[in-house]
Amino acid sequence: MELFEHTAAQLSDMLAKKECSSEELTASVFDRIHSIEPEIGAYITLCEDLALKQAKDVDARRISGEELAPLAGIPIGVKDNICTKDILTTCASKMLYNFVPPYDATVIQKLRAQGVVISGKLNMDEFAMGSSCETSYFKKTRNPYNTAYVPGGSSGGSAAAVAAGEAVLSLGSDTGGSIRLPSSYCGVIGLKPTYGSVSRFGLVAFASSLDQIGPIGRSVSDVAMLYQAIYGYDPHDATSVAAKHESTTFHAGNNIKGKIIGIPKEYFMSGISTEVHDLVMKAAKVFEENGAILKEVSLPSTDYALSAYYIISSAEASSNLARFDGVKYGYRAEKFDNLIDMYERTRSQGFGDEVKRRILLGTFVLSSGYYDAYYKRAKLLQKQILQEFNDIFASCDLLLTPTGTDTAFRIGEKMGDPLKMYQNDICTVTVNIAGLPAISVPCGMAASNGMPVGMQLIAPKFEEQRLFDAAGCYEANIGNLCQIPMDIKKEVIS
Amino acid sequence: MSYEMVIGLEIHAELSTQSKIYCSCKNEFGFEVNTRCCPICTGMPGTLPTLNEKVVEYAVKMGCALGCKINQVSKQDRKNYFYPDLPKAYQISQYDIPLCENGHVDILVDGKEKRIGVTRIHIEEDAGKLLHGESFSGSLVDFNRCGVPLIEIVSEPDMRSPQEAKAYLETIRSILQYLDISDCKMQEGSIRCDVNVSVMKSGSNEFGTRCEMKNVNSFSGAVRAIEYEAKRQIAVLEAGGTIEQETRKWDDTKGESILLRSKEDAQDYRYFPEPDLSTIVLDDSYIEEIRSSIPELPNKKISRYIRDYGLSQIDATLLADDMQKALLFEHTIKENNCTPKSVCNWILGDISKYMNEKNCTISELGITAKNLSDLIALIENGTISNAVGKKVFDFMLETKKTPKSIVEEKGFVQISDENALAEIVKAVLANNQKSVDDYHNGKTNALGFLVGQCMKATKGQGNPAKMKELLLQALA
Repeated sequence: MELFEHTAAQLSDMLAKKECSSEELTASVFDRIHSIEPEIGAYITLCEDLALKQAKDVDARRISGEELAPLAGIPIGVKDNICTKDILTTCASKMLYNFVPPYDATVIQKLRAQGVVISGKLNMDEFAMGSSCETSYFKKTRNPYNTAYVPGGSSGGSAAAVAAGEAVLSLGSDTGGSIRLPSSYCGVIGLKPTYGSVSRFGLVAFASSLDQIGPIGRSVSDVAMLYQAIYGYDPHDATSVAAKHESTTFHAGNNIKGKIIGIPKEYFMSGISTEVHDLVMKAAKVFEENGAILKEVSLPSTDYALSAYYIISSAEASSNLARFDGVKYGYRAEKFDNLIDMYERTRSQGFGDEVKRRILLGTFVLSSGYYDAYYKRAKLLQKQILQEFNDIFASCDLLLTPTGTDTAFRIGEKMGDPLKMYQNDICTVTVNIAGLPAISVPCGMAASNGMPVGMQLIAPKFEEQRLFDAAGCYEANIGNLCQIPMDIKKEVIS
Repeated sequence: MSYEMVIGLEIHAELSTQSKIYCSCKNEFGFEVNTRCCPICTGMPGTLPTLNEKVVEYAVKMGCALGCKINQVSKQDRKNYFYPDLPKAYQISQYDIPLCENGHVDILVDGKEKRIGVTRIHIEEDAGKLLHGESFSGSLVDFNRCGVPLIEIVSEPDMRSPQEAKAYLETIRSILQYLDISDCKMQEGSIRCDVNVSVMKSGSNEFGTRCEMKNVNSFSGAVRAIEYEAKRQIAVLEAGGTIEQETRKWDDTKGESILLRSKEDAQDYRYFPEPDLSTIVLDDSYIEEIRSSIPELPNKKISRYIRDYGLSQIDATLLADDMQKALLFEHTIKENNCTPKSVCNWILGDISKYMNEKNCTISELGITAKNLSDLIALIENGTISNAVGKKVFDFMLETKKTPKSIVEEKGFVQISDENALAEIVKAVLANNQKSVDDYHNGKTNALGFLVGQCMKATKGQGNPAKMKELLLQALA
């Protein structure tokens, strides 16, 4: 077994016992990258030299007897919308094709301080807008289970890299499902933390009130470890919250006895494929067998959640992305007649179609005369959705739903139909709207195409440990949830 | 047809906090371009604002001083527009729920007090500055001013003349100075205003359509802009036209305004709540603490000066409008050895004249209340004459010595000795026979000339009252 195949939890142990060095591990990960990256295309920027240097530094510190953080020396990939000082941060957009941030995001500062090795910057949908990783300006990332399929989005590079063994762990960001959906499509575990629990400082904003950075890994412990490393109040982020967690040492638990798991019926209705439905219900049985109590519940506002989500997120995006105007950094149109012309050409040429679509939508819903009809109503709906979750959590410990409506789809299949693409987010957006934590955990393979299926567990705010308990219990029953597909299928044989 | 003006003002005042409103950059003016900025105030991707609480404190202070209702819950909003000096392409401001609302301020014009309503006070960030160079091609941006905290004070359309507008501006400036929350340096742009003007037929109570003038950078400029705009609107109406609501730009050097944009082109700022910042929540005790920290404001001082010290309204106003003058006045009186009226005369007379000549403030002058009161006491008890007092004052500023030591050193003590003065009177009369004749021929003002000659002969040290007495005796 190669070093890159191990989980972070195993590697942390091996490194501590000096069974391997960080340099060896990092080299192993880069060997893997070099061998399969041409098939997968998970990275926009590789930081091999820097990573090896970081690895050597950590090894030296370890040899000198310094006590190191659990993730010290482990290579982690970072989504390309998280600012890394002196390392290109493009948001997968032509607009930021040359942008090198002068500062580190808070999560990166934390990881650097813990001796984490940064392997590179991962592909994504442009400015995190998309569900398939196909809107990237640079490349299309492919699903490691079958390269004809999308990895999901927007954190497609983050999920694919971890699934394929091109990184031990990765950071993604989740505004409407952007960590969970690709985790589900690529058969890995992805956590969208409580809004406010991880600092957003340095995350290039898509929708400020919904965005959260979160971890992706191949075991529940791995995800818990990375969450442990990045969570916490940050004075640089006014929306971050001082520690409200009951548990401050996050870990994969295994006891779910007596816990009430709500099954919201709206998430199992039309639009969900039979295969997904059946696999998630099969997982529910596993929880039941372990002493959990299943309870059918209802979240009636779910039907409106997608509309509310696209209004709020696009409104905020239209404002957040206005700063990309060609004046200060990034792309500027080569030819223009005057200032307005420069703005127009720069933005027309610098943004892709999906980003433009959201900016137009967002600009429209905030326009005077339309604000009350759209934005204000969407915000009211947000309150209602949050209230429904609060009510349900009065009698449930967790909720269980599918993560996606179906497995990954083929590259190009939905690009011509934005509304169809938006439907992929139907199970995940409510969680962002309500600011809750949720985790996507693999729960089997679809027989029809051999692609992974994920289930989503949702907890009340700051109850991430409940997610790790349930996911850990499931993992303990099933065994290894995320097997790196060593033999990558290039085309499905039907 | 006579018309009446209706004027409303929006004042932007930069607050003198140590750091900027949403980052820890220093809030300083006059430094090399782009040396007072960071990734946050230059709107780098991924950065987030965090509110400087001092800004809220200062704004609430102003709100309390203007009798506003302080909103215990207010929020910040984004005002979206594209301009190269606005690096995020939105300004963080306050839209529908400002910190302070419904206040007022009393102004004094031609001895009459008038109450002007204050609609609201909100906090916001300043933008950068474009530099259109001669030494370089195109335009460059200086981000030093980005994120400098501002309060915008919006008045009701309660002013009816340029004089009222000017008095309002001066009163607001004076309150800002009293609260010590703004440098109020017009030349550095720390106070700017937008002027809204409309005209209506005299006696009407239906307002006309208003126009807004931007870029008014001085109080006298505001007066000129209002006069110009009212004239322009009246001319349009007299010619049978109608006023269109528009935004105009005031050019003070040319003394005219030009159309910036019409109502149809009005920008849609797409305000929405700033998702990166939480609502501002203030509790009662916080607001009360700020309210109780507010010093006595000019209006109160004016009436107290009139009531307690018998000053005229004009003198009281002139003193109170400049906090430094008012404080010098009050501290000098506390020394308790001279009359308030003399102190007032000195401050509004010689000291103000000196300040104007040297273009300096009282603190830069370096005069202490103790020195000033001692100087006035020396005059009032007859040790020196008023004329010598002025000399001593000059020496005092120059050498920072006490008036007593200057008088002793220079031998400035007033000559009141009758024999010595009688000698001088005799000599002056002998040398000015023509004036003596004039006096006897009924030209009584010749006496003044003769007193002056006597003073000259004593190098200003003769007691003028005694001298006059002796002259009258000799001339009788």
